[in-house]
Amino acid sequence: MEDIRILTAGDSSLLIEFGHEINPEINRKIKSMVELMKEQHIEGVLDVIPAFCSLLINYDPRVTSYAEITRRMKKLLKVETSAGSEKKKVYEIPVCYGGKYGPDLAFIAEHAGMSEEEVIALHSSKDYLIYMLGFLPGFCYLGGLDERLHTPRLATPRIKIDAGSVGIGGSQTGIYPMDSPGGWQLMGMTPVKTYDPERETPILFEAGDYIRFVPVDEDEYLRIKEQVARGEYECTIREGEV
Amino acid sequence: MGIRILKAGLLTTVQDMGRTGYQSQGFGVSGVMDVRSFKIANLLLDNPENEAVLEFTLIGPTLEFTSACIIAITGGDFHPEVNGEPAPMYTALYMKKGDILKLGSARTGSRGYIAFSGYLKIPVVMGSRCTSLKSKIGGFKGRKLMEGDYISFRIKRNYLPFFLSRKLDLHEYDEESVTLRVVMGPQDDMFSKQGIHNFLNEEYTVTSDFDRMGCRLEGPFIAPKTTSDIISEGIALGSIQVPSHGKPIILLADRQTTGGYAKIATVISVDIPKLVQRKTDQKIRFEAVSVEEAQRLYQEEENSYIAMHALIHKPCKEVLVVRQVAKRIRRLFPDEA
Repeated sequence: MEDIRILTAGDSSLLIEFGHEINPEINRKIKSMVELMKEQHIEGVLDVIPAFCSLLINYDPRVTSYAEITRRMKKLLKVETSAGSEKKKVYEIPVCYGGKYGPDLAFIAEHAGMSEEEVIALHSSKDYLIYMLGFLPGFCYLGGLDERLHTPRLATPRIKIDAGSVGIGGSQTGIYPMDSPGGWQLMGMTPVKTYDPERETPILFEAGDYIRFVPVDEDEYLRIKEQVARGEYECTIREGEV
Repeated sequence: MGIRILKAGLLTTVQDMGRTGYQSQGFGVSGVMDVRSFKIANLLLDNPENEAVLEFTLIGPTLEFTSACIIAITGGDFHPEVNGEPAPMYTALYMKKGDILKLGSARTGSRGYIAFSGYLKIPVVMGSRCTSLKSKIGGFKGRKLMEGDYISFRIKRNYLPFFLSRKLDLHEYDEESVTLRVVMGPQDDMFSKQGIHNFLNEEYTVTSDFDRMGCRLEGPFIAPKTTSDIISEGIALGSIQVPSHGKPIILLADRQTTGGYAKIATVISVDIPKLVQRKTDQKIRFEAVSVEEAQRLYQEEENSYIAMHALIHKPCKEVLVVRQVAKRIRRLFPDEA
């Protein structure tokens, strides 16, 4: 509670900072805060954006004021909450690493002081928790990237990154669900569409699910891509304990 | 009964105040860039506050009316013409079946709006009629309008009381340089003293990287103390993020919901219209105000809409000037002239 800061983000938003690190404990606190806010129906709140370690609250200044909403939030932050039990759902995402599919893989490897093969093996060796969706429809922010793979973002973001690109930005890794500008270092590409407005479920994952990257070669990549285009491909989903 | 798009213009989309309530799933708000022009357009026609309009950018569309309707055009000066004759902006205009409305290129400002008394027949998706270009949903088939598109009206509504009074003498967005007021934060503490000094005292130039997502500025370096990378967090409308290259990017209607660059300040709500009506190479300065002041200005802006509403809801003085009335009536019945 002592570490929590309430910051201004203009005249219609408030940012609550729960900490400065990506950890499941902080993330759970934010989740409970969101639930509490839903239960209490705070007047004037239009929208919330929960993130790794912060919560942005958009409000209507015609209905409530900065002072009033800050007061309400401080009160809510004092409410103790308990965490529930978890079961995990792991989506296996095929990725073709390196080459034209991952133009920054060499830089990531150099920065980490390892070979490209070691980077691929490390990146695909664990289940990543989806902390939140944001930035783009279906964009998953994943936690748990091995520290050795942390790589700074590009100083000048790219104007266009292709849908399906898998990359690293600082201490985070993830998949671009659609073509978009962005500043992440790109290491590979998945043929799976994580966001498809034509599909019955436009977004594949939900916050709280896990992703496991599975390396595939170019042939396999192209084969899956065709299956996806025909609407015949389905991700393998594993279930397990946290 | 509706409008046919004869020429689409550069970027013409159906917009309203946006799709709020879904940002936690990564769906951005979108909606109109210039809320002020949007509100005034609907206000001139007594439309509901959030009724969908057409928003156009730099070069406006040409429309054919397949039935009568009253419209209002606001925003930058796109020198509208009806059947080849100049028509006023910020004025309720009676369009007859077969009339052709042509919008030109922006003389002042960069965005314009048309509101319709017949309300555009656009399906509501997730609570809004606005086009989300990035998610490819909402508006007209989730995309910008193209030549040949046809949009119907939902209702027939061809009479408005005080018709001749429905005009406002506004000439906005013609300044060469504007000052945008900002509330500092949330991460102003991540920037160097010199960086903040530059931001608040120097002039910045709008680059050509200026779209519905955001506006990139060129100008004196805004240096972070160490880095401007942060753990990704939610983004508010008007957030001014400064990546490590030191040049500010102001995030607008089609912004992403979250991002990982530090934000030095946020443009206050009432100054967003001034920003989005800028053109490439025009100048911007920043001035810090308190959040309380920003909210006071917000309320003041709301009150100004109420005043405008009152102004257009009384009998028109021009009724006494016979020649003026004759001119406007003649416009309504040109065939009988």
